[in-house]
Amino acid sequence: MNNYYINGIGCVSAQDTSNLELNFSDFSELKNNIVDVFKPNYKAFIKPAMIRRMSSGVKSGIVASSIALKEANIDLPEAIITGSGMGCLRDSEKFLEGIINNNEQYLTPTSFIQSTHNTVGGQIALGLSCKSYNVTYVHQATSFESSLIDSMMMIDEGSDHILIGGVDEIGPHTTENHELVGHVKKESDLKNGILNSDSKGSVFSEGAQFFAIERDKKNSTYAKFIDVAVYDKLEIDEVENKMNQFLNDNKMQISDIDMIVLGINGDIDYDEYYNLLMRKTFKNTQQVYYKHLSGEYNTASAFGLWAACKIIKDQSIPKILKINNKEVPTINNVLLYNQYRGLSHSFTLLSSC
Amino acid sequence: MSKGVAITGMGIISSIGNTVEENFQSLIDKNAGISKISKIDTIHKDEIKVGEISFTNDEMVQILNLPESNNYSRTALLAEIAVKEAVNNAKITDINKYKTGLISATSVGGMDMTERYYYSYKDEVDKRKYIDAHSLGDSTLKIASSLGLTGYTSTISTACSSATNAIMLGARMIKSGKLDRVIVGGADCLSKFTINGFKTLMILSETDCMPFDKNRTGLNLGEAAAYLVLESDEIAKKENKKVLGYITGYANANDAFHQTASSEDGEGATLAMKKALEVAKKSPKEIDYINAHGTATPNNDSSESKAIIRIFGKTIPSFSSTKGYTGHTLAAAGAIEAVYSILALQNDIIFPNLNFKTPIEETLLIPETEVINKKIKHVLSNSFGFGGNCSSLIFSKEL
Amino acid sequence: MENLKKELKEKIIENLNLEDIEVADINDDDVLFGDGLGLDSIDALELIVMLDKDYGIKLTDPKQGKSIFQSINTMADYITENRK
Repeated sequence: MNNYYINGIGCVSAQDTSNLELNFSDFSELKNNIVDVFKPNYKAFIKPAMIRRMSSGVKSGIVASSIALKEANIDLPEAIITGSGMGCLRDSEKFLEGIINNNEQYLTPTSFIQSTHNTVGGQIALGLSCKSYNVTYVHQATSFESSLIDSMMMIDEGSDHILIGGVDEIGPHTTENHELVGHVKKESDLKNGILNSDSKGSVFSEGAQFFAIERDKKNSTYAKFIDVAVYDKLEIDEVENKMNQFLNDNKMQISDIDMIVLGINGDIDYDEYYNLLMRKTFKNTQQVYYKHLSGEYNTASAFGLWAACKIIKDQSIPKILKINNKEVPTINNVLLYNQYRGLSHSFTLLSSC
Repeated sequence: MSKGVAITGMGIISSIGNTVEENFQSLIDKNAGISKISKIDTIHKDEIKVGEISFTNDEMVQILNLPESNNYSRTALLAEIAVKEAVNNAKITDINKYKTGLISATSVGGMDMTERYYYSYKDEVDKRKYIDAHSLGDSTLKIASSLGLTGYTSTISTACSSATNAIMLGARMIKSGKLDRVIVGGADCLSKFTINGFKTLMILSETDCMPFDKNRTGLNLGEAAAYLVLESDEIAKKENKKVLGYITGYANANDAFHQTASSEDGEGATLAMKKALEVAKKSPKEIDYINAHGTATPNNDSSESKAIIRIFGKTIPSFSSTKGYTGHTLAAAGAIEAVYSILALQNDIIFPNLNFKTPIEETLLIPETEVINKKIKHVLSNSFGFGGNCSSLIFSKEL
Repeated sequence: MENLKKELKEKIIENLNLEDIEVADINDDDVLFGDGLGLDSIDALELIVMLDKDYGIKLTDPKQGKSIFQSINTMADYITENRK
């Protein structure tokens, strides 16, 4: 039985999370309904000759992965596994608009190349001269979890140091489309935050979160992965059963969970998935949420993981993340649950170590 | 004790046939499916040739019996047709009987619809159903739903090596016991996006592509979908399934050289082939046939040739690229070529490398140019994509 | 010719997104590719599009770019000779 230690984490998000001097007390709830990342000092991480071509997602991915690798003291990972639901949208849109607006003339290759979903993984490998296994998962809101599962398999197969991450970008035109079909929350509905929301849609944002997963524990270790399970579709009344089954498979039950991290995003049509768990299953458990800080995107669950890691290491739960207020003497076992619009359900189990 | 990975079913649709049988017939009849593009109105239509599938979207909707309200992209339609053939071929009646998964690959996804309706969504409300069909994961979820599959699903996108990586992941999941059975493969349709993308890279040929030829000028794009059903050999035995072959080797490595070009000495390709042989516990001389990536771009064929020489030295096995038949089907390439590799294994046949006349000066490798009957025990199949993504699979007749 | 050379430097900086470089930083005979300004094959393709869009010159073989794009001088010479 192998262990999977999270030994380095890096995050670029709507909050100034790439600034390692800051913590959750410096972050604030998002007030706008479409929020770009808080730009890191890219030049501190990427050579100018390389920056010039990179999309925002690629740059954020490189920053977040650099932070994670540095923290874990890894020069060359044995695998780079990335998840991205929508890929590098800005470049996709740029290239497509060039095609349509200029009737297929005077197009240049840069935005086409940058638009391929595995560009982030490819650029990270290029920067590190890393010739190892490199794969990109593009499975909507379980893209990141697919990377997580693969990384555990790689360690089972004998690897020691794996880099995984989740990256998604806002594409202006794509966001407009999603506004048309009611997926984006109206800004006027955000006045009272996303908890107990009575309006549809979620805050659209973007981010890159990377993690160094290793076989062995280190000084920098945050937590251990125990297990991950994903489901394409679940009805609201199926979630508790599946969750129990997942915990039982890992020789645990609901009462063993010290903290539940929920992907609540303020969409009244789908937050009921979480409400039931909050009211009933986990009513005696410390409940935490994070999308009021990160916004929603296909790999936002990776932000939840990043937050959970910090909580487990610090053994303290920032006020801004708390839904309720329970006494938690030690934060040992943490369960994360996320879904998006009733699909792409994931359960992730972590423990302190 | 790690499990053997048996292949119990296949399905394919490409410009040379709508089924495995039709593809096989075209391969042995040397019937290429390369032509001028007909279904997409592009200003480049007289300057390119493609491997286009004859079915219209409407025809495929009929075949799949989809409701009119469906929001399937052409990619999803192709994928579902091929998956259904594979599942039938594997004689699966209860899809969830064992821990069964689906791992698909694509690079185009719903882009064919997005590019059609990009500015229409505001005014045409009935087209808005395609907004959700854009993402690459959408076709995978549609197929799973249509099969009633409740097990693990995922989607991979690593450009031209996508389907090979999906097949590799499936094999690893079976070996580890995470899954008992998995449907793996990929699909991509032609689109203005990819046609223009490759045009800007100046690697499209105006004529029929010439893999491994000194005078090659570039690739022909194609569209296709192909899927394999993999089962652990235990389950295959238990269910008394006919085994078409086994996946005995697989690997993925990164060239880490340039975003789109391959390194001159084919470093990533060499690493991938080497590792696949290690996983299969085979030496190079045991490979009877290489189904090469062979896109006919100046860069790939030169780089891949060098890598082949680095691995096989003076004893180069029979090899060919089948892209002269189908064009380069991007994310589906690894999957259709997996089907062709298995057909080669099953029938002891090597399919020719079409349009070859003169070898590349630097490497002088000569592919097979006729249909050859030869005893084949192990086939190596390569797929190399942008982002330096290099993948290789080894298929074997027996474990 | 001097105006064209200045124009080319500005276009290269803009099209290729060379943020930290000024017109004054590029000498007329500086090697643009490889070790010089550090441009690569994708930049060459971008410049080929620029030749077409801004000067009406269509290159059909990307390999032609190698000699044309050696330096600002060679580019200016080629454009002066071939522009439409």
